Amino acid sequence: MRWIKWIKNRFIPSKPESVVGLSWESADFGGAETGSKTVLEVEDLSVSFVQYEKGLQQKQMKVISSLDIAINRGEILAVVGSSGSGKSLLAHAILGILPENASVTGSIKYNGKELTLQRQAMLRGNEIALVPQSVNYLDPLMQVGAQVRTGIKNGDALAVQREVFDRYQLKPEVDRFYPFQLSGGMARRILISTAIVSDAQLVIADEPTPGLDPEVVEETLGYFREMSARGCAVMLITHDIETALKIADKVAVFYAGTTVEVAPIENFSGDGEALRHPYSKALWRALPQNGFMPIPGAQPMPNNLPEGCLFAPRCSMATSECSIKQPKVRKLRDGMVRCGHAT
Amino acid sequence: MRLRKITLFMIKKGTRIATLLVALCLLSFLLISYSPIDPVQAYVGADMMRVGPEQREKIAEHWGINKPPVEQFLRWAGAVFRGDLGTSMIYRRPVIEVIKERFLGSLALMGAAWLFSGMIGFILGITAAMKQGTWVDRAIKWYCLTLASTPTFWVGLLLLIIFAVWLGWFPVGLGVPIGILAQDVTLGSYIKHLILPAFTLSILGVANVALHTRQKLLEVLSSDYVLFARARGEQGFLLLWRHGLRNIALPAITLQFTSFSELFGGAVLAEQVFSYPGLGQTTVQAGLRGDVPLLLGIVIFSALFVFTGNLMADLIYQIIDPRIRQGGAV
Repeated sequence: MRWIKWIKNRFIPSKPESVVGLSWESADFGGAETGSKTVLEVEDLSVSFVQYEKGLQQKQMKVISSLDIAINRGEILAVVGSSGSGKSLLAHAILGILPENASVTGSIKYNGKELTLQRQAMLRGNEIALVPQSVNYLDPLMQVGAQVRTGIKNGDALAVQREVFDRYQLKPEVDRFYPFQLSGGMARRILISTAIVSDAQLVIADEPTPGLDPEVVEETLGYFREMSARGCAVMLITHDIETALKIADKVAVFYAGTTVEVAPIENFSGDGEALRHPYSKALWRALPQNGFMPIPGAQPMPNNLPEGCLFAPRCSMATSECSIKQPKVRKLRDGMVRCGHAT
Repeated sequence: MRLRKITLFMIKKGTRIATLLVALCLLSFLLISYSPIDPVQAYVGADMMRVGPEQREKIAEHWGINKPPVEQFLRWAGAVFRGDLGTSMIYRRPVIEVIKERFLGSLALMGAAWLFSGMIGFILGITAAMKQGTWVDRAIKWYCLTLASTPTFWVGLLLLIIFAVWLGWFPVGLGVPIGILAQDVTLGSYIKHLILPAFTLSILGVANVALHTRQKLLEVLSSDYVLFARARGEQGFLLLWRHGLRNIALPAITLQFTSFSELFGGAVLAEQVFSYPGLGQTTVQAGLRGDVPLLLGIVIFSALFVFTGNLMADLIYQIIDPRIRQGGAV
């Protein structure tokens, strides 16, 4: 086994000093002024894939276009949108694990500093953690205890892992389970454990609740609340607006690869009149308990986006200028909106 | 629970090999009895001119070949069941002895080729997958596809021309040097005679394992669990070590065990080209010279050999893969 260690030391870069300085232990959580510090700030982010059509003809698929989002310490931001709106890719872009044929423009800042590829490589798994969707994200041939321990960089890995499992009521024998032996709730707790043991300051949860019974959903949301109470910034990616409202401080509404609105959860009430963007209102009113009113049309495909505002073809308020140029994001009533007509 | 599972497994496999052997014996006996091979002629050989029709009649009667085929088969099958495969006509020794001796000769050859092709193939496959799309990957793929479509005997001849005739590094054929007493043959000369045939034989297997391993590793690398591992900061060699090897080793090992049939088939050709004294060459001899007992014996033996390979592959899955080992619950 000595040579493995040798290769590890040789080829896997250890954490440089500057990054250690930013880590959980040394950061100051006490002061009120640091309490609202922005952990993650995404500005004008676009992600596109090059696709080959008919021979050598290239086509750009813009899956995320000019997206803006920000999360503060101790805050839970829910990113809500229908499937295919580019939510998961946003998570992958922040972590720097997009496929190689993806091209990214715009800026992602973490703790005020630009997230370069190198920084992403150093921070993911340490300060930025992903909680994936399902048990398929665990190695099917590795015991789950060992998989959680791989994320523990310092200290007694076994003790740390045991402590976290104890806290989540996972019995000692679960350490030796393989992913196929886990129940839905156990799998959820183990996936969350991987984030807990990594001392993360920013946790990105990608659809952590679908397919779970209400009790387990409640329990899972509790874990995220706990994390935010500890000072973590949590980004909860989901298509389930109700789940999001139970736990989040703010909701970012996603449509066709961009954020059309960021609103505090209090705005999601009544008839949705406090909401800013026509899509958010339509989304809210389409819920069974809010009138169950669908609007015509469908979300555009990434390879066939409209020229101007992405929502204009389906919008009842759209004017001729909406279909010429995509509106800029602007601040509005303690939130953000990407619409020229919103008040 | 565990004991029951093992017993069940054994019973299942036992039934399978038993039915397989019965069908195999029946079919090969049928084929031989309808073939133009005349056992008496094969037995008498070059002395044919000196043996009269009455004497041949007597030999045939002594062996019972003038009896109906069903009776002949039952007699032969009964003897086989008791472990008596008869006497080889070429070697004038019990078939079992001949097979044992020749198989030991082949074992070194096949074993070396098997290990070599497995390891080289595995490494080439991993390299190709890790460098997917680069010239390294393309070169390995090109190499494997070329090898996979090349006949073994032709590669053997090519190697002979280059390494034995032109360069003179290795002997042209046989398993030991000519003109040296058996007790004086050194291990070094055994190995020297082994290298070219083993290399020829392994070339085919390399392509197979390498292409499969490449495909499997690409699948693993694009899986959700590798994406998550990358999201947790794992990369490069560590990622391959932790998640790659774990998930591709099993298919590669089982593939290697199930390749026993190709190994045996390849040995027949390779041994013929290199005049290597193994079971493959003996098979060709038995066929060409009409040695019926030996041929049938080899058929049964090769079936057992291939079955053993498949059984090992199954067993390895049962023992190593936790999803099967503890999978009663799912």
